[in-house]
Amino acid sequence: MTAQTCPRQHQRTTMEIASLEPSLYTVKAVFILDNDGNRLLSKYYDTELYPSMKEQKNFEKNVFNKTHKADNEIAFVEGMTIVYKCSIDLFFYVVGSAQENELMLMAVLNCLFESLSQILRKDVERRCLLDNIDGVFLVVDEIIDGGVILESDPQQVIQKVNYRLDGSEQAYGFDLFDYIIGNIDGQTDRRQCA
Amino acid sequence: MIKKFDKKDEESGSGSNPFQHLEKSAVLQEARIFNETPINPRRCLHILTKIIYLLNQGEHFGTMEATEAFFAMTRLFQSNDQTLRRMCYLTIKEMANISEDVIIVTSSLTKDMTGKEDVYRGPAIRALCRITDTTMLQAIERYMKQAIVDKVPSVSSSALVSSLHMVKMSYDVVKRWVNEAQEAASSDNIMVQYHALGLLYHLRKNDRLAVSKMLNKFTKSGLKSPFAYCMLIRIASKLTMEALHDSPLFDFIESCLRNKHEMVVYEAASAIVHMPNCTARELAPAVSVLQLFCSSPKAALRYAAVRTLNKVAMKHPSAVTACNLDLENLITDSNRSIATLAITTLLKTGSESSVDRLMKQISSFVSEISDEFKVVVVQAISALCQKYPRKHSVMMNFLSNMLRDDGGFEYKRAIVDCIISIIEENPESKETGLAHLCEFIEDCEHTVLATKILHLLGKEGPRTPSPSKYIRFIFNRVVLESEAVRAAAVSALAKFGAQNDDLLPSVLVLMQRCMMDSDDEVRDRATFYMNVLQQKQKALNAAYIFNGLSVSVPGLEKSLHQYTLEPTEKPFDMKSVPLANTPITEQKTEFAPVATSKLPEKPGPTRQDIYQEQLAAIPEFQGLGSLFKTSEAVQLTEAETEYVVRCVKHTFARHMVFQFDCTNTLNDQLLQKVMVQMEPSEAYEVLHYVPAANLPYSQPGSCYSLVKLPEDDPTAVSCTFSCTLKYLVKDCDPNTGEPDDDGYDDEYVLEDLEVTVADHIQKVLKPNFAAAWDEVGDDFEKEETFALASVRTLDEAVGNIISFLGMQPCERSDKVPENKNSHILFLAGVFRGGHDVLVRSRLALADGVTMQVTVRSSDETVVDIILASVG
Repeated sequence: MTAQTCPRQHQRTTMEIASLEPSLYTVKAVFILDNDGNRLLSKYYDTELYPSMKEQKNFEKNVFNKTHKADNEIAFVEGMTIVYKCSIDLFFYVVGSAQENELMLMAVLNCLFESLSQILRKDVERRCLLDNIDGVFLVVDEIIDGGVILESDPQQVIQKVNYRLDGSEQAYGFDLFDYIIGNIDGQTDRRQCA
Repeated sequence: MIKKFDKKDEESGSGSNPFQHLEKSAVLQEARIFNETPINPRRCLHILTKIIYLLNQGEHFGTMEATEAFFAMTRLFQSNDQTLRRMCYLTIKEMANISEDVIIVTSSLTKDMTGKEDVYRGPAIRALCRITDTTMLQAIERYMKQAIVDKVPSVSSSALVSSLHMVKMSYDVVKRWVNEAQEAASSDNIMVQYHALGLLYHLRKNDRLAVSKMLNKFTKSGLKSPFAYCMLIRIASKLTMEALHDSPLFDFIESCLRNKHEMVVYEAASAIVHMPNCTARELAPAVSVLQLFCSSPKAALRYAAVRTLNKVAMKHPSAVTACNLDLENLITDSNRSIATLAITTLLKTGSESSVDRLMKQISSFVSEISDEFKVVVVQAISALCQKYPRKHSVMMNFLSNMLRDDGGFEYKRAIVDCIISIIEENPESKETGLAHLCEFIEDCEHTVLATKILHLLGKEGPRTPSPSKYIRFIFNRVVLESEAVRAAAVSALAKFGAQNDDLLPSVLVLMQRCMMDSDDEVRDRATFYMNVLQQKQKALNAAYIFNGLSVSVPGLEKSLHQYTLEPTEKPFDMKSVPLANTPITEQKTEFAPVATSKLPEKPGPTRQDIYQEQLAAIPEFQGLGSLFKTSEAVQLTEAETEYVVRCVKHTFARHMVFQFDCTNTLNDQLLQKVMVQMEPSEAYEVLHYVPAANLPYSQPGSCYSLVKLPEDDPTAVSCTFSCTLKYLVKDCDPNTGEPDDDGYDDEYVLEDLEVTVADHIQKVLKPNFAAAWDEVGDDFEKEETFALASVRTLDEAVGNIISFLGMQPCERSDKVPENKNSHILFLAGVFRGGHDVLVRSRLALADGVTMQVTVRSSDETVVDIILASVG
């Protein structure tokens, strides 16, 4: 008959570091938001983490609110390690568990960003991203498969996706060649996105 | 219809979203052009993109419409447009769970997977494996095997990763590809290496020997992929944790500290830091690389380093002292997470003199950081209070300020827990602490915290010099709060009344008021306490107010249910109810923020309740009564033997059941009819064996023995059993697990199993020991003095007594204050059969430790048993 309260703590909100079960499943989620926090693309690889769309969007909102003010590269939200990067009006996020190697997550984030900036010709902003969202889907698909890091080298990703920028007739490989040898002039006749 | 996002859109500003007003029905309508001939790749691509975009936004597709769109999409395989084809693969993956009959694309995908176009092959494999089930998997098995060893890296990687995904579903099929994966592991491509390693580990992780062989091979040959190195480090650290010290593995991890990739270096450092029982010498190199990372320009690396150092500081603060200067520089880091971690680490490692400065620094931005980090700050303060008890007034002040700020439940709870632990550590801080908590519950929205604080006030308040000042705070709760809080307040009031005679009249008046409460629980409690208090009897107060019931709640529920089913004249016997095997609520001696977080969300059934269920399901064990106590598991074999056996002892009123959890670690043997034969040294009688029918490789199984305790000699509480594992061996094929028809009998000698007095006593917490002591009375009190010659310190003596008797220390008497040479230990428990036992043990330190033991119980035999076993 006494007031007995057992301490229960939500697992996700602690910063406890347990030993990590060796596994290739590194990435819990990836998402790209615009500068109002709206989802442009998001993938959740761990079905137990935020199983419903509502939980996912809440999480994205929470992450956005905690990160959009300062470009701090890394944050810890709802018990998850989040690495992020912003570019003009876009925010890129890669989510891993609290125990995950932060640098592995950074490698994924960097690969995603580098690949997209090459595909979008350095024009990494909302409108251009949306105009080429099919390419963005393909890039994400080549970098992460079901939470496993499939590729971390942007050049390899570009090669595998082999994506033509919307409006350009030639395969991207040629642009890449131009890009590498610094022949920016070679691109002038092709359509650049806004 | 938007065919394409043409240039007109651009003029309307870059803020517009070409997908903003997409309608699912319109898009599905558009999808009909998939059926037009010839296919217009560009238009189809845009429509497919829209569908994927909608799915990604969380738009719900019905099975019918999804299936229709999916079937239309299959036609697009006729086009050779690369991007279009790739988008088809994506659609297949996205729709695999929504649409029906997705397997119709199997042949198209198989064609792409084995075709000439390398760009298609990898993605086709991944899409195909996404829609495949176990039976179909066997049909494509041949292609998968070829793909794993394909010379094109993307094909091989895709096949390996897809195989990994399918391990969960079809372990038996994927297991057969282990040779191919092995071959892929020696590929030159770094990602293929990594994926092959991951798959190999998943296939072999239950086979310790194979894992350690694999590890050995790869650590020698050297890998190129930093990811693969991280994976190897994790495997190695897992193995070193299982088998305490394995120095080649540790050497490997340490060598990775010199890897050229920061990722690998960090992984290795973190692995070393997280190893249990790591010595300061082993930690040093890991700490020094983390120290270097502290000054990295990359925020993620600084964060990773300081977070890991923070972890080190919890256990080995001295190891981190060398980094203090680097940590000081991080205090002002623009990433507040890094700054907070740096400060809390410094709080753990710094000297007493720096505490005030750091606390000041942290309070300057505590409002800016997220709750998770605030909890970290509170934890650091809590650790600090244990280290520098003299600083408690500074801390208490800081904590009370934090308590007033806004914050979520977790944060507030961490603060309250921390204040409570300070109160318990430092008796002189009790009054200030209680005052802060009283103030907090005046305006506290969290019922759980309010009830917890009220409980604490009830426990501690009456023993303070001026208990009357708390009454007001408690009674305010009765007036203002929700039912649960009101009920807790009533219980707290009762404790004041029971302990302070001069307050009793006023408490009774307040109780009277509570008896008119609108909630029945509150009224019931008030009425009950009112009646108990009016009796003015110490024994009643002790039994019903200070020390509540100690039974397990699910057990009580079950017993009562059983009682109602069998109509009987006999009153319900409380002693037949199993006791709660972990004493509830008394604050842990050490504030352990890390340990508590592991508790599950809901208070599930306890371990003992689970065992009770399991045992009740075995017919041989019917009629034993309720389970009295379950011991911790005892290992009866060495860790790395052919068969691993551990024993759990279940004590019943007149019997014991020994549960042997056995694991067969030989993959070429199937064991049958497994049992453990037991030879007792005393008058214990083995009644029955329940063998485990089958014990296949690596699947644990249990067999049981039922033993009758000697009835004519109740003092025979200890016994040694010699144990032998007996079984029928059938050899089997390690790959398929198919056993031979013939087997042979064999046996395996186990270590002896001891039954001690502790197995007969269940721990029970008496929050107020003095009251319980009076309640039991001195009818059967006995006292004896012993000399513990071999024990050197009081701490050691206390630890020995507790573990020997298996009783619950009360009033925090298990903690010996420093620099004292005498101590009193209070222990409480219930003996098998339901008799309360209380032990008061006075210890004095001279050359050895002299111990005077006083035992009280409601039964004389029990007193004799305890004294006899101590002697």
